[in-house]
Amino acid sequence: MIIFVAAQLLPGDVGRAILGPFAAQQAVDDLNQELGTDRSVFVQYGDWIGGVLQGDLGDSYAFRRPVGDLLWPALENSAKLALLAFVIVVPIGILGGVAAALKEGRLRDRVISIGGLSATAIPEFVWAVLVIMVFGLWLDLLPVTAQAPRDAGFFTQIKYLLLPSLCLVFVLFGYIARMARAGTIESLNADYTRTAYLKGLQRRTVISRHVLRNSLLPTIAVVATQVGYLFGGLVAIELVFNYNGIGQLIYRAAQQQDYPLLLSATLVVGIVYLLATLLADVLYSALNPRIRLAGSES
Amino acid sequence: MSTPEERLVLAEHPVPETPHHEHDEAGIARRERFRALVRSKAFLAGAFIFCVFVICAIFGELIAPYDPLGSAADIANKLEAPSASHLFGTDQLGRDVFSRVIVGARDIMAVALAATLLGTILGAALGLITGYFRGIVDDVVMRLVDAFLAIPLVILGTVSLVALGPSKGTLIIVIGIVFTPIIARTVRAAVLSERELEYVQAARLRNEHAPYIMFAEILPNVAAPIVVEFTVRLGYAIFAVATLTFLGFGVQPPSPDWGLQIKENYIILNGGYWWPTLFPALAIGLLVISINLMTDGINRVFSR
Repeated sequence: MIIFVAAQLLPGDVGRAILGPFAAQQAVDDLNQELGTDRSVFVQYGDWIGGVLQGDLGDSYAFRRPVGDLLWPALENSAKLALLAFVIVVPIGILGGVAAALKEGRLRDRVISIGGLSATAIPEFVWAVLVIMVFGLWLDLLPVTAQAPRDAGFFTQIKYLLLPSLCLVFVLFGYIARMARAGTIESLNADYTRTAYLKGLQRRTVISRHVLRNSLLPTIAVVATQVGYLFGGLVAIELVFNYNGIGQLIYRAAQQQDYPLLLSATLVVGIVYLLATLLADVLYSALNPRIRLAGSES
Repeated sequence: MSTPEERLVLAEHPVPETPHHEHDEAGIARRERFRALVRSKAFLAGAFIFCVFVICAIFGELIAPYDPLGSAADIANKLEAPSASHLFGTDQLGRDVFSRVIVGARDIMAVALAATLLGTILGAALGLITGYFRGIVDDVVMRLVDAFLAIPLVILGTVSLVALGPSKGTLIIVIGIVFTPIIARTVRAAVLSERELEYVQAARLRNEHAPYIMFAEILPNVAAPIVVEFTVRLGYAIFAVATLTFLGFGVQPPSPDWGLQIKENYIILNGGYWWPTLFPALAIGLLVISINLMTDGINRVFSR
């Protein structure tokens, strides 16, 4: 995977990208030599990967600082944003999906399904400028930048992060609602649900004790796999809201052809995705007794 | 066994071995699907909006009241609020936002369509091959799919567009290639269940070549998932093109592309100039929703 990403990187003129189009050629050449970017791609890549294996991500070309110093605070900021978005979207998404499933094929289902799907398909930056216009400009309710003042309290930070996380909520809602809907419909049609009804249980009891229990656990586990997609959205959102997260870092690194930073950030995104997927797998089997028991028997 | 001449004739017809009445049934099924589609209000609404955008994309300059690229003289009436003469107002260079929104349909739709087509063709071919042969090719491709899925499209696009240089051509290729393994996986799954069916065995017993079996026998039977996948991917392609252009790695100025318009104007939102940003944003939203309504309709009809 890492090699695959790296294979796509054919560096342009790094010195030129940092110093801008008006710098003297001599200065550009000097900088390239200093950074080592006058060497071939393979040598640079080999250098970087060698460092990574020893736990050293290298130095950023543009910021002239170790990549790790830039990466970890950014990752922490992005994690805050993502966490807030998940805290909001998971209950709403599940609620929406279950509400749709209980009226499968009817108007409520169609509105939630198509609405959710459309919200998911609208790019994050479009949501970003729309929520800025509505909440920041016209209603004047919330700040339009995400970066809270230094040492701001917990609630102030949340206030600043609310608009950007709202964009993520819109984009993730459709997916989570669809998973919850599919799971609920499946267990509504299952034999055990029919049995529960035939036992004479009330609809409420059947849904809360039998249907939801079976449909929601896998949904919660699947949500974790969305973490990877989240990062793609963070690039645009953090740019619009001027938030110092990993998305903005990737954007700056790409613009300035800062390869050690870009490669490391991409690597971190890939690792976070893998960890999230792993977590989803573990969670899924932990929550699902059938898989857990099948695993222990074999 | 067919003689070479017969096989040549057979090869020209996609479903040669089906007797006539079965062929009619397939035709009826197709017509019924079409009727079901036309009956669906959501599909029709989506198709209507989509067609309006297609017309804008093709005949943009003819419909637009002003030159979308503007002229040096326009700067005198920059940032005018929406009015009767400028329905959507004017932008920082005095260009008519309404005209730019109309003509801006072109690049995003052309690039997204081309990228999706590229991805669908490559993906379908790859899916057929891996699904039909299984084995090592299959394993390698599926690992590749996993690798692709581990990195979000936008980041992958950003990295490769920076490396290759941003242009419409690279945008099409990058998105098309990212889509390829994803579409291949869907097609592969469909092929896996088809390849065990009797008509494939019959074709094998007739000693048909593998390419013939894959493309003339199996392909028509996995057309439905390919069509559905195409429409779904088209929505994602619009998403990707818009986002990458917004980030500055896609369509380049002075194109009146919607993503580019938002990129150029969102910074002045705080100054209260909302119109150069709002209208292209709504256009992207509307286009995506129209594609979704169509996808939903097609999905329903094909999944019956």
